[in-house]
Amino acid sequence: MSALLYKGAEWSYDTIQRIHDAVSEIALGELGLDIYPNQIEVIAAEQMLDAYASTGMPIFYHHWSFGKHYTQHEMMYQKGLMGLAYEIVINSSPCISYIMEGNSATMQTLVIAHAAFGHNHFFKNNQTFRDFTDASSILDYLKFAKSYIASCEERYGEGAVERLIDAAHALQAHGVHRSGKRRTIELRDEEARQKERRIHEAQIYNELWSTVPTSPGKEGVRDQQRNALNERLGLPEENVLFFLERNAPKLASWQREILRIVRLVGQYLYPQRMTKVMNEGTATYVHYRIMHRLHEKGMIDDGAFFEFLTSHTNVVAQPGFDHPAFSGFNPYALGFSMMQDIERICLRPTAEDRIWAPDIAGCGDAMGALRDIWANFRDDSFIAQYLSPRLIRDLRLFAIEDDPERSTLLVKSIHDERGYRDIRRNLAKRYDVSYTDAIIEVASVDLLGDRRLILEHRVVDGRLLATGESRKVLQYVADLWGYEVELKEIDVMKGQMLANHHARPSKETSAA
Amino acid sequence: MHIIDRRLNPGGKNLPNRQRFLRRARRIVREAVRHASASRSIRDIDEAGVVVIPGGGVDEPTFHLGGEGFHHPVFPGNKEFVAGDRLPRPQGGAGGGGSQAGQGKSEDSYEIALSAEEFLEFFLEDLELPDLERRRVMNVETEGLRRAGYASTGSPSNLALGRTMRNSLSRRIALRRPRPSDVQEVEQAIELAQAEGADDIELAELRSQRDQLLRRSKAIAWIDPIDLRYRRFEPQPKPMAQAVMFCLMDVSASMTEHMKDLAKRFYMLLYVFLKKRYKKVEIVFIRHTDEAKEVDEQTFFHGTESGGTKVSTVLHEMLRVVDDRYPAELWNIYAAQASDGDNDPRDNLEVTGLLAGEVLEKCQYYAYLEVNEPGHGSTASSLWRAYENLGLPNLAQRSVTHREDIYPIFRELFSRSETIRGRAV
Repeated sequence: MSALLYKGAEWSYDTIQRIHDAVSEIALGELGLDIYPNQIEVIAAEQMLDAYASTGMPIFYHHWSFGKHYTQHEMMYQKGLMGLAYEIVINSSPCISYIMEGNSATMQTLVIAHAAFGHNHFFKNNQTFRDFTDASSILDYLKFAKSYIASCEERYGEGAVERLIDAAHALQAHGVHRSGKRRTIELRDEEARQKERRIHEAQIYNELWSTVPTSPGKEGVRDQQRNALNERLGLPEENVLFFLERNAPKLASWQREILRIVRLVGQYLYPQRMTKVMNEGTATYVHYRIMHRLHEKGMIDDGAFFEFLTSHTNVVAQPGFDHPAFSGFNPYALGFSMMQDIERICLRPTAEDRIWAPDIAGCGDAMGALRDIWANFRDDSFIAQYLSPRLIRDLRLFAIEDDPERSTLLVKSIHDERGYRDIRRNLAKRYDVSYTDAIIEVASVDLLGDRRLILEHRVVDGRLLATGESRKVLQYVADLWGYEVELKEIDVMKGQMLANHHARPSKETSAA
Repeated sequence: MHIIDRRLNPGGKNLPNRQRFLRRARRIVREAVRHASASRSIRDIDEAGVVVIPGGGVDEPTFHLGGEGFHHPVFPGNKEFVAGDRLPRPQGGAGGGGSQAGQGKSEDSYEIALSAEEFLEFFLEDLELPDLERRRVMNVETEGLRRAGYASTGSPSNLALGRTMRNSLSRRIALRRPRPSDVQEVEQAIELAQAEGADDIELAELRSQRDQLLRRSKAIAWIDPIDLRYRRFEPQPKPMAQAVMFCLMDVSASMTEHMKDLAKRFYMLLYVFLKKRYKKVEIVFIRHTDEAKEVDEQTFFHGTESGGTKVSTVLHEMLRVVDDRYPAELWNIYAAQASDGDNDPRDNLEVTGLLAGEVLEKCQYYAYLEVNEPGHGSTASSLWRAYENLGLPNLAQRSVTHREDIYPIFRELFSRSETIRGRAV
């Protein structure tokens, strides 16, 4: 029977529906994926540019920085320096996939398999996403955020709101509870909670409390008091934005609310950074399997299949380190080859695999093993666990030791028996956000003295902060805090202070 | 599964963001525009274009790690290395931390495509004249009337016949006013019936039918006051649509390329300034030595002439062109004269006479720009002193030596009320 889903490059909504159903049958029936309901939106190039600028979200508050990104993308696109993505997918329920109107029918098939099923499954099942994001209510929350910020702009002026968001954006990466007990928030109720908080504040406010004199204590007592206070503030606290939102003495309630919005959006986006390789690897692996199956079942013709292969090959290309096109690891390539390698280990293991990956080697159920991995790992742990010697050889990986004291670089390990573990460990490290990001925490506050806020950067391997920008960010922190701020860079191993920065709130603080 | 077509959604979702960005980068973009405008020809100045702005003012700082410290990068594609090899550090900073540097921010400058409006907006932003001053200096506005739809009241001379009749017709149709032909038909039927000697009952019926029709057409007016529509007019400030700009320049041998370049920039600014306010702006180039001649732009800036310097000639030539083609009642006349200040001393009297008389009477504004070679002391030239002594309100004079002075001077010329000032540059 001729079961072709489409012929040629043209498509209509019926085609999309048929493609979706056929893909769905394979994805859910054969691969056992578990997804949020799908919503597919067809958009034009200009809308894709729009989406790029605001981190892909369909609704977003206004800020000049998005305009800046838009301007840059627009320029590059018009000059032909940059192609646009075929799709953007949003971690929401229903899961929204934007597909470009200019795609051919084959590309739409690929995109639906990739985004609407691959990414969608990953969003719904991966532990990191489950911990940090609330897919069902993110869009409502963004809608609330947009209107709330717009109303603040009306009431307090665009300038004041802009300054505040500038500061909050600068700290967005430090607005996540990375470790410890996760304080997951039901975004759905955020709007109601915001109102409650304000009402509560108004109810308990009593001018009298601000007139109560504080008794001066002796030095020892002060230290004790200070420690007690720090403890009460939950210090040390690595979520700098959270700390400021809670404790900055001079902020008005709307300012706290905006900090909270930026922080929650940051938290929502955070898992994407931790799972780049896995997320793309999963989606690429899923579309690869599905396209093959569609071809086997005679639902797409040979021409379409070749078109898919060409596109797929481009996506998973990994140029070598000395190639002019090299710009680090391609997450699609690394992720996809690891997924394929895992499939191989499950189905056709070698003796080596049985030693390196005893838990899955030869288990026979590749999809089962993969689904389990997709649910429970993030990039660093995934690579540390499943980068096999075979793949290290295939990719011919090598590790360099770059010691700033030496004039030359050392090739530390290559793809041989002695090098596997070292390469795996170091590659995993490069995907560990707690290693690649600066870890900054609020160390203490001198509430009894001059209210100075002390931040600490925990320096690993002597990697200090980039000074120029850090000074600007510290200035933002000072403006939010309202008093002097100090940033100490302290070596984790030696406990020694390597650098020290100060900032005082500028005259025109945002907390005016 | 839902499929939603978003292609028809209104675009420009990022417009507010873009506007915010431009506002934020205002100062920087303005400088870039200033820079970009220097390389354009006078008439191209108000077109869309790309400007490059440095990244510094619009960065988004974050706490991130600098390139220093210990690194263990991993790379793909090993060909010949074995463990223990020592490699020279690659050029350009962080060495093996190359992938690290890739994550950092390497954007030094941005290109922004500005539309024609945006370009000019930025170009003119600095000029911001106080409204009153602008009116006084520019005198661009005359009152005019503009059609503004229809009104139900108005003077009979403004009655909009077509519109009124349309209303009347639709009302008549709606109320079923009998047409004259309907009445006529009944009349004919009556006549016919009478001729045929029809019985009274039939006749009476026809008559009552006719009366009813007549009554109805009397009751329903042909034109009712509610049908009336009048053309409505609104007073609207209307710019005098055209301006002519005279570029007057001394091209005697003492004028160097540098001086001409200064003059060109000034003319450019003036052109844009006028273009923004008038629908049609013409430029007349008149150059002079000891005789004056109207020429095209190319010859004006690049041709050379030799001879003495008589400024009065150029004023005569200008007046001739004005009388010929640009009567002062129909054109706003602006003149900008550039000179190194040398003039035949015997000529000065005639120059001031002409200026104070006919020329300034016809001009909206006359700007005298004295251009200097850098390094020369600026002692007041004879021409300068002569102009200074005139002390007329719409004559402005400035002395300029460096390109970067042009803009501030232009700004000053068009932003202050008193136009004669000292030589304080």
